[in-house]
Amino acid sequence: MYLTKEEEKIMDGERGEQYGKMMRILVKMGEIFNAERLIPVSSAQISGVSYRTIGDAGIHFLKSLRGVKVSVPATLNPIAFDSEHLKDLKVDKEFYEKQMEILNAYTDMGIKPTMTCTPYYFDNVPKFGEHIAWAESSAVIYANSIIGARTNREGSVSALASAIIGKTPEYGMHVDENRKATHLIEVNFEMSPEDYPLLGLHVGKEVNGIPYLRIIGDEDDFKLMGAAMAASGSISMYHVENFTPEFRHALGDNVERIIVERGDLEKYRGEEIEVELVAIGCPHVSSSELRKIAEFLKGKKKKRGVELWIFGARSTIEKNEDAVKIINDFGGKVMRDTCVVVSNAGKIYQRIGTNSGKAALYLRKERFGGAEVIVRDLFTLLRSVVE
Amino acid sequence: MILEGRVIYPGNVEGEVVKCNSPVVILGDIIPEKGIVEGCGEIRDKIFVFPRGAGSTVGSYTLYALKYYGTAPKAMIVQEAEPIVVAGAIIAEIPTIDSVDIEKIREGDKVIVRDGKVEIL
Repeated sequence: MYLTKEEEKIMDGERGEQYGKMMRILVKMGEIFNAERLIPVSSAQISGVSYRTIGDAGIHFLKSLRGVKVSVPATLNPIAFDSEHLKDLKVDKEFYEKQMEILNAYTDMGIKPTMTCTPYYFDNVPKFGEHIAWAESSAVIYANSIIGARTNREGSVSALASAIIGKTPEYGMHVDENRKATHLIEVNFEMSPEDYPLLGLHVGKEVNGIPYLRIIGDEDDFKLMGAAMAASGSISMYHVENFTPEFRHALGDNVERIIVERGDLEKYRGEEIEVELVAIGCPHVSSSELRKIAEFLKGKKKKRGVELWIFGARSTIEKNEDAVKIINDFGGKVMRDTCVVVSNAGKIYQRIGTNSGKAALYLRKERFGGAEVIVRDLFTLLRSVVE
Repeated sequence: MILEGRVIYPGNVEGEVVKCNSPVVILGDIIPEKGIVEGCGEIRDKIFVFPRGAGSTVGSYTLYALKYYGTAPKAMIVQEAEPIVVAGAIIAEIPTIDSVDIEKIREGDKVIVRDGKVEIL
């Protein structure tokens, strides 16, 4: 791999051992994937933020980077709580303090405490063709597919290394010819609103590559589909005909056809149950989702025995104060900085309804509480919380 | 016998092999507090041989946790490195080589890892 003199000096520790280590991570990654060089990135999205996943060892590592600063705009994934809902989320003092240590370590490096998995709405908005280094698989697949920015599915540490050095090895999704479709997905039935996340879960399991879909929907539908795809497998991009920006040149002759029947989605849906919690916002809600929810709930009365929690970015919530007020007045809770997966929600509630295939996949796992989860469309879920 | 590989993180060490035959879900299969890999055994101070890492990319922090808890293997030998193992090996400073034909290495073998090569004693 070709390195500039400047890059070599950083690797040899001229700016200190910490920068040297970060450069070595990028260079090794480049060597393994046969990158020819490092290329500049315009932003980074950092994962590895929850104390539950990175633990004391993670705190120790982040503290070893004290004094290091990021060199490009960098934003942060959600943490384990909304500090205004500590009681609802059953956060104890020790956990709170450990989580804040992690958060402070990241902000000391100059990373913005956006605490969202949807930086692409307001906080960190890449343009078509821009090279970025993002972790958070749902944001990676959104950025590549819907925006047409270029990012590999970075890990917590490689995204951090790119944020600090300001570069990434040029391979994978950064190379145009690797962004073509590998699979053509034929959906053999008419899609209903709840099918998008279920289709995502199914395709993620079936395809290790770039699927091309001939379906219609809007950005919110495809956000849910993509997040599920990226969670159940390792997909980092998809194309939707007549919708995503790169679909026109995506389809070649060498694509594998996969036929999807309605029955294929059934196992992901979950059998009808009385839910205790309806959770919306995995990935975090968009302004349009928030407004749809508020419009539906306006003037209605909340049923007892079921909670409605909506998760969003601070930025999205601040820009939709009126909608948030309607939801709060109804008796729902709009939470920021966290989500149903990384908070204790799955340990507090055992019967959960959501419109997110990604949330369902995780919450059903023992490690996240092993809840019974049903995946339904937004309005079916909202109807279940009103009297 | 000497097997050729590629250096991910340098170091010269000698030790006994603990081998996993399937990909290791780094965040999930490894219990860093104990230095154990579920289904494979104790890797503390051993030469940890496995085909590849899998699962959440937060897994790099789990390799760091092995170092933090003093339960790290002396070295890792992998068939095929991927980002979790690369970043984890570098931040945890665990000597690691990849592109090694691990079929030729058996559980309990005594090996020397040096300069991107594995010598089976």
